[in-house]
This record gives sequence, structure tokens and C-alpha cells, in this order.
Amino acid sequence: MSGVILEADDLHLRFGGVQAANGASLKVAANERIAIIGPNGAGKTTFINLCTGYLKPQSGRVVFNGQDVTRLSPRAITRLGVGRSFQIPQLFLDNTVIDNLLLALSAREGSWSPFTPMLRHPKAEEMWALLDLVGLKETGNRIVRELPEGMRKLIDIAVALALEPKLIFMDEPTSGVSSTEKFQVMDTLTRVLDARATTAVFVEHDMDVVARYANRVAVWAGGRIAHQGTPEEILNHPEVRETVIGVGV
Amino acid sequence: MARQLVFGAALIAALAVFPLFSPWSTVILTVALCEGLAALGIMVLLRAGQVSFGHGLFFSFSAYAVAFMAAAKVGHEALVLIPVGMAASGLLAAIVGLFVVRYRAIFFGMLNLAISMVFFSLLEKLFSITGGADGKRVPRPTFAGVEFGREQFELATFYVTLVLCILAALFVARYLLSPGGKALEAIKSNETRLEYLGVSPRKVLYGAYLLSGLLAGLGGAIIALVSGHVTPELAYWVRSGEFVFIAILGGIGGVAGPFLGALMFQIIRGYAAVYAPETWHAVLGVMLLVIIFFAPAGLYGIVAGKGGKAQREEGGR
Ligand SMILES: Nc1ncnc2c1ncn2[C@@H]1O[C@H](COP(=O)(O)OP(=O)(O)OP(=O)(O)O)[C@@H](O)[C@H]1O
Ligand SMILES: [Mg+2]
Repeated sequence: MSGVILEADDLHLRFGGVQAANGASLKVAANERIAIIGPNGAGKTTFINLCTGYLKPQSGRVVFNGQDVTRLSPRAITRLGVGRSFQIPQLFLDNTVIDNLLLALSAREGSWSPFTPMLRHPKAEEMWALLDLVGLKETGNRIVRELPEGMRKLIDIAVALALEPKLIFMDEPTSGVSSTEKFQVMDTLTRVLDARATTAVFVEHDMDVVARYANRVAVWAGGRIAHQGTPEEILNHPEVRETVIGVGV
Repeated sequence: MARQLVFGAALIAALAVFPLFSPWSTVILTVALCEGLAALGIMVLLRAGQVSFGHGLFFSFSAYAVAFMAAAKVGHEALVLIPVGMAASGLLAAIVGLFVVRYRAIFFGMLNLAISMVFFSLLEKLFSITGGADGKRVPRPTFAGVEFGREQFELATFYVTLVLCILAALFVARYLLSPGGKALEAIKSNETRLEYLGVSPRKVLYGAYLLSGLLAGLGGAIIALVSGHVTPELAYWVRSGEFVFIAILGGIGGVAGPFLGALMFQIIRGYAAVYAPETWHAVLGVMLLVIIFFAPAGLYGIVAGKGGKAQREEGGR
């Protein structure tokens, strides 16, 4: 495959009696939108944790942009250009929304002067624009703790995007979002990703979202990929329909 | 914000004129400011949710550094001794910090305590060098080249201390608003996200630790000069505990907090020593309980109008 940006090869990880990764392999090409689907406990989040350095595999390796990152810390991998949002949003809850984004901006720009207040970061406008882009501009000065889960999920993604990653992993980006707003949220995200030429891998349970926004689907089962292909192929695959989507043929 | 500024200015003005009317207070106020500096260092760490029960280490280290230099006649100038003492503690914090920033919560607190207690025992046991429990005398140095009498020296030291405290407080306030200060708070609220921003929580905490060591060191250096005497008690865990007490009493919502706490602490200590010499620790205990239950944002919280806004830990975070 040309333009491979990330390659995970034969990852294994065992937690006690659970084989959370059991030969997980995936190649991600630049500008792809890969959806990971699969039942609860299939090892989807574990796969993201392995690719971003939060967990280290017992065997196998992860290569990002030609560099072996298997043993690197999340922070080193982040700095190389891999962003991540979480199944349960990981935010600074007692800070304002804009503070969350500005800290990401400061980290990206390496702005650590103790004399410049963060709110007066020379590129602060960029973060307000990003918030606007994901439709959350009015929440900028709110404390994150006070906001509903759906908004927090989006803020979590915005924080990851603030780092301008080349590749972003999103763990169930629409899980806290009401079904009527899912498409709207995904439209917005796709627009941002396209505009920045960011490659994306996202875990998703809603098959309508998968069909509409992914250009490749990987079906996870038992810590590895059971099937992969275009959304059309996968969503019409009899076995996948039965085991993952939960509808008989 | 305006209210805080007005309050800060009023506090400074009151402090600045007080010794002119009551000369007996000069040393007490200077001591309070020194303890306020150490408590300011504690406050910085508290922003990251970390408590050090061992900052007596940095307080005493610079105090002894000053005592040794003054005795050896290497430094005979207060305006040189103060920064050099502070730098000595900064150096020590740079070394100790490498180790302690790997730990959090109770381990962080206890590790600091343990290291300070080792230093305390050294001060006590190495009699031939440190003078043991009796400590060392600190000969009065010159001040800006002038050989002052005791009272003038105390007054001059007080004003220099006041200015240094203002500068330190302004710097810390600025730092806490900067990305580094926000990253420091992030250690308390979500280290995972901080890692995933590409930031090293250890580095962030290391910077804060260095700052807190410098602040405690500054306080220690000055206290050695004004008291003219250093003893191992400066490194004792009770002393370290007092800094934490002062920071909580004063409140960590703003940089004036630790200084307010230190002044209040001196007042309680002064009065209690006269009226309740046997039970003054109980007085402190009750005071702390009242603060925790009724004004968790400390004295600063009360005067800055944030008394009710709980700094209490919310739900396990
Ligand atoms: N840190 C851990 N310690 C022990 N077991 C774990 C850990 N993380 C995951 N597991 C186990 O590994 C398996 C895979 O978990 P993972 O979270 O990756 O699944 P998932 O596909 O993301 O599921 P879901 O759809 O529920 O999010 C599960 O059985 C889980 O209980
Ligand atoms: Mg998961």
C-alpha cells in the first residue's frame, strides 16, 4: 500500500485471562477514514492504547511514518503527530473549555514563558476558530465539568485536533451524542479533517455513521481484525451482520 | 479582580507602615513574611494537588548556608548572602526534585518528609560542623555596605523582605496564569490528557518544585539573618507542617493567601504563647478545623469574596 502512515503489525497483549490483542494488525494510508467496529470487549480501545503508547504490546510493533514507536511514551508519540480522543473524555474538568484548548496549543507551540498568561497566547484566536468550527464557540468560557457528555466528547476531539496531528484516533466520537445530531457532528468533523488532510481511525458502533463516513472498515473480534473492506462489503457481509451488527441475514 | 488588587495594595501598605509605629513588630513581621514565602512554595505544589511535608529542608538549608558563609566571613553582606542562600536551596531542590517528581500524593509528601528528616538528623548529629542542637550563630552582616545597629538592620531587612515578597508573589501569580501554571493544575486534574498533549507531567512538576524550593530558600536565608541564629529546628518536620498549615489557613486561591496565613499564624502564636501556653497547639487545631469546614478557600477566600467556593476535593479527583 502506498502512502502508509501507520502500520501496526501482529500486536499481542494479555491481561490476566483476557487476550485483549491477539495478532492485531492494521495498515493505515494517508487520508483514509477507517472505522473500527466490533462487539464490546473485542479489544478496540486496547488497540488504540497500543498504537499511542499507553500500553506496550508483549509482541508485535507499531510503525508511524517510518519510525518504530512501539516502546515510545504517549507524549513522544503525540509529539510525532498522532492525536487521540477518548471513549471517556479526558479533559481538565475544572478549567474552561478554551483553557483546555489553549493548553493544547501551548504544548504544540512550546509556549512555556512564565510571563505570558495563557489567555493571551498570540495564537489564541486559532483556538476560538477551532471551537467555532466544531460548533462550540458559545461554551468557550464555560467550565467543562458543567457541560453534558456529548459536548465533552466533542471538546475532547477538539483538544486532540488543536495539536494538528497527522493521524487521529477517535474512540467512539459520537457515543455521547444524540442520534439526531450524530450526522451533524460527523459532518463537521469530516470537514475539519479534510481541510487539514488529517488521517483518521475511529471506533464506531452506529452502522449508519460507518456507512456514511468511513472509506474502510475493520471488524474487530477477539483482539484482532476478523474482516476488513469497504463499508459496502463489510456491512453486507453475512457473518458480520450476524455477529457485530446483530441483525440476521 | 479589582477587589483582590485593592486588598493586596491595602495589605502591603499596612505592612509597610506598621513597623514605623511599633518597632517591636519588625522582627515578628519579617519572620511571618519568611514563613509566607515558604508557604507560597507549598501553595505552588498544592496547585498540582501535591503536598510536601518536608519543605523545612529548603528553609533550613539556605539558613545554614547563610550561617556558614557569614561565620566564615566569605559573605559579610546581607544583599549577597540572601541570593546565595536562596541559590543553595535552589540547587538542592534541583537535585531532590529529580527524584521526588516521580511520585504523587502520599508518596510525594512522605518522601519529602523523609529527606528533610535525614537532613535534620545530620544537623543534630554532626556537632563539630553544625553545632548540633545548639545550632550556629549568624554574625550580623553589613547591609548594602553599611554596618547598621541592630534596630536599623532589622528595619532595613524587613523592607527588603517586603519588596522581595511582593516580587515573588507577582512572579508566582503570573506563572500560575501562564501555560506552565495551567499544566501544573492539569497534574491534579488529568495527567493522562497532559501526556497526550505531548507534555511531560514530571517536567512540569519539576519546574514547580524548583520554584517552591527557591521560595522556601529565600525565606530561610532571611530568617537566618534576622534571628542571628540557626538551629536544626528549622529543618524539623513540625516546621514543615507549619508551612502546610499556613498555606491552608491563608488559602491557595491567590498569592496573598500564604502571607495572610503566615501573619495570622504569628498572631495566634504570639497571643497563645501569652494566654494559653499549654494549649496553643489545640488552638491551632481548632482554627484549622474551622477553616476546613467553613472557609475551605482560607483567609484569602474570605477577603477576596470567595469564601464559599470550595477548594475541597470534588469526587475523588
Ligand atoms: N487495563 C486493563 N486491565 C485488564 N483488562 C483489560 C484492561 N483493558 C482492557 N481489558 C480487557 O481487555 C478486553 C478488551 O477491552 P477493550 O476496552 O479494548 O474493548 P473494546 O473493544 O474497546 O470494548 P468497548 O466496546 O466496550 O469499548 C476486555 O475484556 C477488557 O475487559
Ligand atoms: Mg472501547
